[in-house]
Amino acid sequence: MESVRLPAEPLVVIQPTSRWSLVSFKDIWAYRELLFFLTWRDVKVRYKQTALGAAWAILQPLFMMIIFTIFFGRIAGVASAGIPYPVFALGGLVPWTFFSNAITASGNSLVGSANLITKVYFPRLIVPAAAMLAGLVDFLLAFVLLGVLMVYYHVVPTMQILFLPVLVLLTALFSLGVGTWFAALNVKYRDVRFALPFLIQLWLFVSSVILPSSAIPQKWRWLLLLNPMSGIIEGYRSALFGLPFDWPALGIASGLTILTLVYAIYTFGRVERSFADII
Amino acid sequence: MQPIIRVQGVGKQYHLGGPAAPYSTLRETIMEMARKPVRALRKNGNSSTLWALQDLDFEVSPGEVLGIIGRNGAGKSTLLKILSRITEPTVGRVELFGRVASLLEVGTGFHPELTGRENIFLNGSILGMSRKEIERKFDEIVDFSEVEKFLDTPVKRYSSGMYVRLAFAVAAHLQPEILIVDEVLAVGDYAFQQKCLNKMQDVSTSGRTVLFVSHNMGAVSRLTQRCIVLEQGRIVASGPTASAIQLYMTSGLMQRAELIKNTSPDKAMNLRRIALVDEQGEVRSEVPYDDRLRFVLDYEVNQPVTGTSVGIALYTVDGTCAMVTGDFDSHPELLGTRESGRYQTTVEIPPCWLNTGRYIVTVSIANASSGVIYDHVEAIVLEVVDTGTPGSRHGVRRKGVLQPLLDWTTRQVSK
Repeated sequence: MESVRLPAEPLVVIQPTSRWSLVSFKDIWAYRELLFFLTWRDVKVRYKQTALGAAWAILQPLFMMIIFTIFFGRIAGVASAGIPYPVFALGGLVPWTFFSNAITASGNSLVGSANLITKVYFPRLIVPAAAMLAGLVDFLLAFVLLGVLMVYYHVVPTMQILFLPVLVLLTALFSLGVGTWFAALNVKYRDVRFALPFLIQLWLFVSSVILPSSAIPQKWRWLLLLNPMSGIIEGYRSALFGLPFDWPALGIASGLTILTLVYAIYTFGRVERSFADII
Repeated sequence: MQPIIRVQGVGKQYHLGGPAAPYSTLRETIMEMARKPVRALRKNGNSSTLWALQDLDFEVSPGEVLGIIGRNGAGKSTLLKILSRITEPTVGRVELFGRVASLLEVGTGFHPELTGRENIFLNGSILGMSRKEIERKFDEIVDFSEVEKFLDTPVKRYSSGMYVRLAFAVAAHLQPEILIVDEVLAVGDYAFQQKCLNKMQDVSTSGRTVLFVSHNMGAVSRLTQRCIVLEQGRIVASGPTASAIQLYMTSGLMQRAELIKNTSPDKAMNLRRIALVDEQGEVRSEVPYDDRLRFVLDYEVNQPVTGTSVGIALYTVDGTCAMVTGDFDSHPELLGTRESGRYQTTVEIPPCWLNTGRYIVTVSIANASSGVIYDHVEAIVLEVVDTGTPGSRHGVRRKGVLQPLLDWTTRQVSK
């Protein structure tokens, strides 16, 4: 038998979590490959045994865009900031679709991975994070559709398009925050599964997807600032179509994103180790 | 020597029902808050609790293979879950001086839509292997699993035997300093089980520390040098395997001639009652040597099943398997489909056959071809009492599991 050299300090100490113990980022870093594999699995499996496959990534925003164009673009005659309404609507729908899919997938991810969570240890935050990341592939595909539509309507992007990666990062972080929080809540309260679709529907109407925020009466506009998605989606339109950025709105959205994320991760960390007992 | 695992005063409490019910709805919590604001805020108000583990203290030395034995519900699984960090203890502290990997159930994280190849990577990574490690061992894993022809087939098309073989192959190639193994040997056909046992033995002689939980006393005594015996969440004995098994089999397990099981409607097949009865149908745990052993098994089928068998295995107290028998031995048609309903089956071991002493009877429902086990219980502990075996007529207890009374024919062939 080989002699085994043991470290002087324990590698792992297992004891009851104190109230203030947080998610261990060192641990998450150590498990980064698992994050990759779970994301890869979600991407691979997502459209298995579907007839249309990845086309769903495009169909979802496309049909929403068509419906919005019929009901709001023509009938309501919405002021779309000088951009043809279909392009305007799709510019909001592409990030919105990512966001709504990401929080749905993350929110249900922990409960859906119950058999993993009750059998193997890994930082649980990886599960909702992978669910969110897997949505990025669809997001990318939807951008292709948007590009095609922009060419068709002769909407030419400016240098502002360089802000796009920052906005994608912001959307991803906000989705992660919201999704993680719902995922933790879902473990204990399965109400989340029913509440989430409903909430997403309502949320859509206050996220500047259908109307630009400028269409909202001035005295109510501050309310939109409380919703980071509104600022973020307006930001996408500015970056894509060369419209002026609303910097204060984006700044507030970024601040709220960070707050949401910190709060969600804190909440998640507090209940993380009891998941296996209550899931 | 410095231990690689140090467990100090570990206990785990579970809540049973009450307001702190594990799976509640928001409405209930809100209602509860509204009705009894103070009590709802104070944690664990009036729910009943259960200590699944209490006052556990033990150490494991590097390179040691430690067996953990105990009956169902004794706390073995909870202990393993704490050591593998799936759940945390309510009190106490565990120090681990090495990486841990656990095989709490093979095939964890397998995705039915992915191919065998893809699942090797996914499962390996879930179990804590790095991608490089998996790539390095890929061929070995495939070799071990014997499914190379189906590597690019989604595992949902695999037979249950292939599935389990692939899953075990991945798990068997983990190389942590501490390996936690729970009941994995109950998989596959006999040849594959032997292969798994050998693999485990390799692991244990390579300087790695193994915690091994199994109901298979043969495997426990073959693989471990030391065991701890758990009963109702506490360690009741700890010491060399042979004496721990002896203790577990004898004093830890009272003689018992009947077992009535809780059933679960989710399972395809459930054992309901297992009993050892005499000629009059009375339940009894002591059987005279010259009497037959009659087992009556009641089970239910909740959804039609195919290819299953109900089997009995007899073990001696030192863990040797005396015999295994299945209901399809004499009725192969049982391997066809069993319709839903309740069944009763009886099997007899003839008189003047088993040697005197104590036997443990396990009953299992399994898939006869893949060996996948649906239900398994250690049902009966019986004693064959001496009412004049051939040996005792001459004042000795003969060796051997069997003490048959055979017909010898002797004739003088020449003068």
